[in-house]
Amino acid sequence: MSLDPSFVGRSYPPTAPYQVGREKIREFATAIGATDPAHHDPEAARVLGHPDVVAPPTFPVVITMAASRQIIEDPALGVDYSRVVHGDQRFAYTRPVVAGDELVCVNTVEDITSRAGHGFLTTRTDVSTAAGEPVVTVWSKIVVRGEG
Amino acid sequence: MELPAKTFRVTRADLVRYAGASGDFNPIHWSDRTATKVGLPGVIAHGMFTMALVGRAVTEWAGAPDAVVDYGVRFTRPVVVPDDDQGTEIEVTAVVREVTEDGLTRLDVTATCLGEKVLSQARATVRTAR
Repeated sequence: MSLDPSFVGRSYPPTAPYQVGREKIREFATAIGATDPAHHDPEAARVLGHPDVVAPPTFPVVITMAASRQIIEDPALGVDYSRVVHGDQRFAYTRPVVAGDELVCVNTVEDITSRAGHGFLTTRTDVSTAAGEPVVTVWSKIVVRGEG
Repeated sequence: MELPAKTFRVTRADLVRYAGASGDFNPIHWSDRTATKVGLPGVIAHGMFTMALVGRAVTEWAGAPDAVVDYGVRFTRPVVVPDDDQGTEIEVTAVVREVTEDGLTRLDVTATCLGEKVLSQARATVRTAR
């Protein structure tokens, strides 16, 4: 599957703000078995200096996966999602995500390559608060497998 | 320095719970029919679920739930989760690669399932415990 390399460098409009809920963080932490009180109890999080419960490190994917549909479903780029495999994932944090955050994502196509009939698409999502404070940068590389 | 190994049991129920919590409802993570149709041996764990379990190991080693400042992995091999009560098991180990003067510790992490590496280039940077 070959992807159009002219998309490299393209940024998409900021997504609508995502409200990070305390119960969503608790639900996510429970699903991965993360029992640290700071994920569940606001008081425990405050002891660590946070305003409310702290999200586990990979929680931002809940927000960025939905946000990256802007790119994956861009008809001009033409990714066949049924052929997509997750390649790489990286998070670089300015600070942890906490309940009460209102987060906006800006997606950028960082790299497109083709090798052995497969397409490789690297996206960067800059996640910041609606007020503009940077929180976390998320890179995701997907492989669009070639036919046959 | 090698850190103490951690093991995580993964069952189908865990995948269903993670699907709901994360919003990733790709049927290859809950339907054998779909998974085998696309050439997989059976239902596989979400790569991001494996990454989350490894993230738990990292925060536990760091001794703080908010210590991670950078965390990246490459997914190299699927974690197949059989439809039984035992499921499968992911083992996570790490070595300390570097402790910097500005208070950061860099870890090289290894995650295996049935003796095979499921991640490569798994690296985390955490704030060094005080």
